[in-house]
Parts: sequence; C-alpha cells; structure tokens
Amino acid sequence: MSTAVHRTDLGSVPLDVDRIRRDFPILDQTIHGKKLVYLDNAATSQKPHAVIDAIVRYYERDNANIHRGVHTLSVRATEAHDEARETVRRFIQAAEASEIVFVRGATEAINLVAQTYGRAHVDAGDEVLITGMEHHSNIVPWQILCEGKGAHLRVAPIDDRGELELDEFAKLIGPRTKLVAVTQVSNALGTVTPLREMIELAHRKEVPVLVDGAQAVPHFAVDVQALDCDFYAFSGHKVYGPTGIGVLYGKEEVLAEMPPYQGGGDMISSVTFEKTTYNVAPYKFEAGTPDIAGAIGLGAALAYIGKLGMANIAAHERDLLAYATEKVGALPSVRLIGTAAERAGVLSFVMKGVHPHDLGTILDREGIAIRTGHHCAQPVMDRFGIPASARASFAVYNTREDVDALVEGIRKAHEVFA
Amino acid sequence: MTAELGELYQELILEHSKAPRNFRRPASANHEAEGYNPLCGDRCTVYIDMDGEAIKEIGFQGSGCAISRASASMMTQMVKGKTRAEATKLFEQFHNLVTGKDHTAKAEELGKMAVFAGVSKFPARVKCATLAWHTLQSALEDQERQEPVSTE
Repeated sequence: MSTAVHRTDLGSVPLDVDRIRRDFPILDQTIHGKKLVYLDNAATSQKPHAVIDAIVRYYERDNANIHRGVHTLSVRATEAHDEARETVRRFIQAAEASEIVFVRGATEAINLVAQTYGRAHVDAGDEVLITGMEHHSNIVPWQILCEGKGAHLRVAPIDDRGELELDEFAKLIGPRTKLVAVTQVSNALGTVTPLREMIELAHRKEVPVLVDGAQAVPHFAVDVQALDCDFYAFSGHKVYGPTGIGVLYGKEEVLAEMPPYQGGGDMISSVTFEKTTYNVAPYKFEAGTPDIAGAIGLGAALAYIGKLGMANIAAHERDLLAYATEKVGALPSVRLIGTAAERAGVLSFVMKGVHPHDLGTILDREGIAIRTGHHCAQPVMDRFGIPASARASFAVYNTREDVDALVEGIRKAHEVFA
Repeated sequence: MTAELGELYQELILEHSKAPRNFRRPASANHEAEGYNPLCGDRCTVYIDMDGEAIKEIGFQGSGCAISRASASMMTQMVKGKTRAEATKLFEQFHNLVTGKDHTAKAEELGKMAVFAGVSKFPARVKCATLAWHTLQSALEDQERQEPVSTE
C-alpha cells in the first residue's frame, strides 16, 4: 500500500469533468456513429488545448535552436525550454532542475541508465533486480546490460492478486545486487507497488533504485525526494503531453559521476581532436538538438493537470476505477486480472468464451477504445496463464457513463459469442 | 450487431470458432510448425502428415481469437488432400481476399473460406485471419526434415 497515494487524496475537491472534457478536442467526435469513449489511456492519453496551443505558439512565434544564438528567438526558445524543465522539477518535487534530463520517453530513460550507470557499475556475476510485473521497457534494457556483462537479472515474484511478494523481494537483494529497477504502477494490472518500503529495503543494503513511473505520474502526485529514489523515469505522452518527450530524474550526486550517454553537440564543454570535456548534468545526457517543442508541450501538460490538482485527479480516478471494478467485475462472463488492494488507472480482465481481440473489435464498433493483447508485459500474462487480456484504463476526462458504455459493450460481445 | 460486424463474425465463423475442426495433433504427423503473433500473443501449431506432395492429414492446436481459430479450422478442412502447390495457391488467394487486394477473389476456389471477406474492412484483424496459413506455409517448407520441428 502506498502511503503517498493516500496522502494526495486528502482534501480533494470534485472536478467539473464536463468542463475538462471540453479542453480535449479529440473527445468531441463519433467513431462508427457512436460517441467516442476513450479508455486506452495507459497506452497514451489525449491532449488538452493547453498542450496543443503551446506547441503551435512555440512554432509560430519562438522557434529557434537553444543554447546557441544570441538572437531574440534563440533566447526565447532557450527560456521556454528551461521553464519546462523547471515545471517538471516542481511537478515531481525534485531538488534541482539539473536533476531533470529530457529524453524521448520512459523507455529511453531506462536505457540511458542501463547504458551509463549500468555499464559503469554492473560487472560479471553482479545482479540487477526487477519485479514480475515490469513492462518490457524495464526488462529488456537490463537483459541487454546483463548479457553484455555476464551479470544476472533477478525477478521478484508477484502473487495471484498481482501484488509484489515483498518478503521475496527483500531476500533477493543480495551482496551482488547493483541496482533495483521497479515499476510504481503496473501497466498491465494497475497494481501500485509498496515503493517506499522497497526503496528503503534496497537502500539499507546500499543498492540504488530506479523507478519506472510511466503509469504513476498521470494518476497521483509523485514526490521523488519523499520516495528517495535514485532514478525516476516517465513519458510525456501518458501524462497529457506530446509523444517523443519524457523525463529521467536522477539524484544530483548520482548523475554527476555517471559517464555520458550519446556524444554530440550540447553535451560537451570543449572539444579538440585530442580530448573532449563533457558538460555537466543534465546537458551531459542531452546530445544534439533536443525536442524543444515536446518539452514545452510537456511543461504545458504538467501545468494543466497541476492546476486541476493531482489530489482531485487521484480522487476522481479512484472513484471511476472502483465503479468500473464493481460493474465489470459483476458480469458473470468476466474474470478480473489483477485484484491488488492498491491499484491505479487500470482494469484488466478476460472474458469466458470471448477472446480479448474479438472484444476489442466489437467495442470499437461501439466507439469504445480499449487495449487488447499482452500490453508489452508478456511475463505478467504468463504469470496469470493467459495469452492476452482486455484493458480499460482511465484518465481525468473519463466518466461513469464511459464505464456504463463499456459494460454495455461487454454484454453485447457476450451475446455475439455466447 | 452492425452490418460490418455481421460480415466479420459470420455465423459459419462463429460456429467454427466455438467448435474448431481437426483441433488435434494427428498421430501420423510428420511435419509441424508453430506460428506466433507477438503483437497479441496468439499461438497456433499446425501438424501435417505429408504423403509425397500431398497433405494426407492435418490438424492444429493453439489459442487465439475467434477469427484465428475459425480460419485455422476451416483451413484444415480446405487443404486436406491438396498438394503443396495447391495449398500455397489457396493461401495467396485467401491473403488477397482478407487484405482486400482482390475483391473478385474466386469465391468458388476458396469455397467456404470466402466468408472471411469481411476481414478486409478490419485491417487490425488481418493477422488473426492469416496466422494459421502462415504457419501452414512454414510447416510445408519443412519438407527436408524427418522429425517434427517447431519454429521456436
């Protein structure tokens, strides 16, 4: 159970969801003649006017390369980019803006750590510890690292409800463990992991922890200093921002001693053919012209939901998930996958006699978008003995009516195949 | 059901998906291949008893959606007794049908499989319809081997 989640719920006020829906132009359309019901937010969220407009405004008025020209546009672009970094810092409660590295997404953030910190610290015979509910993006980068180094990937098991077995996790942190990499919220099950306990357990043995926060940041307030994690990764597009931009947070002292990631412009202090001196963090990890518009769009997204209030968003989505769990779970044809006590944003299920793909197609004709498949978490599917599941995932603009439409759609699918 | 959905989930397709034919491994099988759609986790293993160039016996096993199960089931009925070349030609015609490349696909030659024409309106489902056929192709190409093999 995550104490951080509960705390953010305190003192929440109800959101005017009808008004919020009007901020998202894409929602105002029909699919196959039916009102769009978008329940695939764990794959990617929709974008509010605030984000779309910020990107358009940047390209129409301020576009220039950053950190280079002395001209006005370059100064404006640089300022806007810096401001976005500061917005991210505030949003996840980092101590310094220099601890915020812009990357393409959570996937690149994790790969960056594997290829820099990992290569510098993980040797033959060492271990990297993950959990049984990771997304492929928090499995494969470590497999690549371990293969190259002759190191071992260890996996802490999950139980039948989709909760981490904390005792087993603790036992797996051994003398050869060099890094723990864990998700905060499972993308396939919605499980919220006991992150503070996990980080404390790892730190007690002086093992740093990377957190995959891709599915957490959209749903509740995150405080990287309170968590005391060493790295935190998330994607912009899952938190109402544009695709192609994401964030790696790293503690200042950890980033400082890490080797650079890619080589190129902006990540250097000086270059001669004999020797190159690297720039400081975060620039050391941001070679080349970055996604300036993307960073500005992400900043706008975080400002937008910051204004709505993460406590209010968490409370709204908690209500929706509880309602969906009750309504969908009550259908006799449905088996819920992942019934952890603490969940966020995701309802995963299978139907008796209806394959998730067929359900997905039938729902699509009702205007309802859900994800069907293995959700880039094949080991989770294997754990539950299913090839695939159907996943409805929620965002701030979803309503109980959306859930009712889903339930009706599931009933129709059951009729077709029963 | 909407008209398009009705075209996709034709009665015959639903019927085969619920009670797939030849859903077994024939004891005499001397070729096999496993097909896997990594996007959705669907798996299909096709077993063949080849007698020279002829498909003497065929069966399949695996897990998948209604479209992939029905396609596999009807495929086994269709290609049983056919030669390798005939089966390959049928796959080509079937592929054209479900991808909408050939709207005039010879319904006669495809026989009952023509009910899959509705798939062409659901591009995301083409792979479901063709998984078994790709697997069959792989099993047929496995001619030189004496022992059954898996692609994995």
